[in-house]
Amino acid sequence: MVLKGINLSARQGQVIAIMGSSGCGKTTLLKLISGALKPTQGVLRVAGEDLVGLDQAGVYRLRRRLGMLFQFGALFTDMTVFDNVAFPLREHTDLPPDMVRDMVLLKLEAVGLRGAAELYPSELSGGMARRVALARSVALDPGLILYDEPFAGLDPIALGVIGDLIRRLTDTLGLTSLVVTHDVQESLKIVDYVYFISEGVIVAEGRPDELRASEIPYVHQFVHGEAEGPVSYHYPAPSYQADLGMGHV
Amino acid sequence: MERTTIDLWVGIFVAAGIAALLFLAMKVGNFGGFQAASTYSVQASFDNIGGLKARAPVKSAGVVVGRVSEIRFDNERFQAVAVLTLDQSFAFPKDTSASIMTSGLLGEQYIALDAGAEETMLAEGDALKITQGAVVLENLIGQFLYSKSEEEAAALDGQ
Amino acid sequence: MFDAITRTLRRLGSRTVNTLWRMGVATRFFGLTLLHSGTAFRRPQLILKEIFSTGVLSLIIIVVSGLFVGMVLGLQGYQTLQTYGSEEALGILVALSLVRELGPVVAALLFASRAGSAITAEIGLMKATEQLAAMEMMAVDPVARVVAPKFWGAVISMPLLAAMFSAMGIFGGYLVGVVLIGVDEGSFWSQMQAAVDVREDVMNGVIKSVVFGVAVTIIALFEGYDAPPTAEGVSRATTRTVVTSSLAILALDFVLTAIMFRGV
Repeated sequence: MVLKGINLSARQGQVIAIMGSSGCGKTTLLKLISGALKPTQGVLRVAGEDLVGLDQAGVYRLRRRLGMLFQFGALFTDMTVFDNVAFPLREHTDLPPDMVRDMVLLKLEAVGLRGAAELYPSELSGGMARRVALARSVALDPGLILYDEPFAGLDPIALGVIGDLIRRLTDTLGLTSLVVTHDVQESLKIVDYVYFISEGVIVAEGRPDELRASEIPYVHQFVHGEAEGPVSYHYPAPSYQADLGMGHV
Repeated sequence: MERTTIDLWVGIFVAAGIAALLFLAMKVGNFGGFQAASTYSVQASFDNIGGLKARAPVKSAGVVVGRVSEIRFDNERFQAVAVLTLDQSFAFPKDTSASIMTSGLLGEQYIALDAGAEETMLAEGDALKITQGAVVLENLIGQFLYSKSEEEAAALDGQ
Repeated sequence: MFDAITRTLRRLGSRTVNTLWRMGVATRFFGLTLLHSGTAFRRPQLILKEIFSTGVLSLIIIVVSGLFVGMVLGLQGYQTLQTYGSEEALGILVALSLVRELGPVVAALLFASRAGSAITAEIGLMKATEQLAAMEMMAVDPVARVVAPKFWGAVISMPLLAAMFSAMGIFGGYLVGVVLIGVDEGSFWSQMQAAVDVREDVMNGVIKSVVFGVAVTIIALFEGYDAPPTAEGVSRATTRTVVTSSLAILALDFVLTAIMFRGV
């Protein structure tokens, strides 16, 4: 049991961040929302559909209205940037090729990479790959986009670009964005609302400015990046003296 | 890789593969030999077929003129019946005889046809009347010993 | 002492259970692949692409190996047959060993190490870099979109490759036997044609290569799909593909040979 009772809601046009230290159940939450995992108990509604009683076809139907950005983009390495973005269109629609082309170029233009259409993912930098992946996740104009650690392993410039892009796409396309991250500084700049998860429960929530000023020990430690706090630096262990055999002396 | 390039290469690949299969079937195997040409079948009964197998060649004067298509046992006459499939282009007289021979040292057995002298030719479903079965080594030795002892007995009688 | 025995038995038991369990999962995976082949056949372009990457890219190794195996057969066969004074049977020896055994088996072994390992590595990497998960998130079934086309592409390629291997081998045997050593060309071909039967030998060889193709491909696909999503996991899975499918080829070959050439 990783998650023990999360009450979370998101509105259209909002960027919601879910934060917490590694292994707190953030990824599990994403898997639940996307239907990759089924909750053992409880209610889970995404876009008005009850996910608990949904079969495989239902999950797939739901996912067409859902975009997801994976940690490192997860672009298809055997396809060009263009084919990557065209993939969901070709799989799910019967649009004629020139229309697919127009739509793909439109999405690529939105992330500023129309010029990179004929490159392969191996020729892209980490930030560019993630922008392409973002263009791919919005290809079918979903209502909700999930981001799994969109800021991991990026240089400061790319970080800013991605953050900016998430905000801008959410506003212009009128989507709901759900960002799972532990990058506090970057995400606090762009999100509307933050949930903090620790050990499977929501420990704090609020707007970014509220959380910056928060006095809750866990949030304070997390936001300011302190080594000691409720999350201990030491892994639970017997006393150091006893382990070194000095207890007997 | 361009889609047309892939198409081209796959086309070459499949064509080469089919060509290889055809090569194996036509040039290496015996397809297109007698199976393709029109044939007729005749039957020959033998007391003993020895090691003759289906698909063994049927030769006349050393030339392959057909194949053994089937071997079965006639439970009324207690004989082996071999069905010979012969090429339509070779016609044999009705009194042609069949005998089972062995070729080479390795002992592949085949059926040799000796043409007779009659005017009418063999037709589909006919049976060959004169046949000579396979020579079985044990019988041969037995015969030899038997005739030897007969000779000796005759010699003794003569004394 | 008693402890050691129990431990050994327990290890044996857990290995057996594990192996059986994996075989069960692999069988289920095979069934799923067949079940989800509809997409692949509706979009032949997907299969064509896989024929390219498994078949066309294995062409060089198959053709060159076939040629050399045939040349060695010609040389060795001649040495042996010569002592019995039946050099003319060289054609039979080369053709029968290639068409019945070496063609399907060696081509499948090469196929396992060339195309099989590539399939495992590709699928394993797609899994490790979350490409399969991304596909599933886009409501596209990876088994239908990735696995099934690869399966059919490889299964179509395999018999063609085996036939090319045999044909090249016979050509190699011809080169050494007839052109180089000087065995009579007429008897080389005619004896071969008299002894090789299309149904009994050529067809059975093709059936063998189809069976091997299915076995190698499903092992390669399953190992890739089942690989732990790490660099180490993928590399281990690739090794396992080559080892498992080689053993499977040889074992299946024995079984098939026993069934096919029982009466001959």
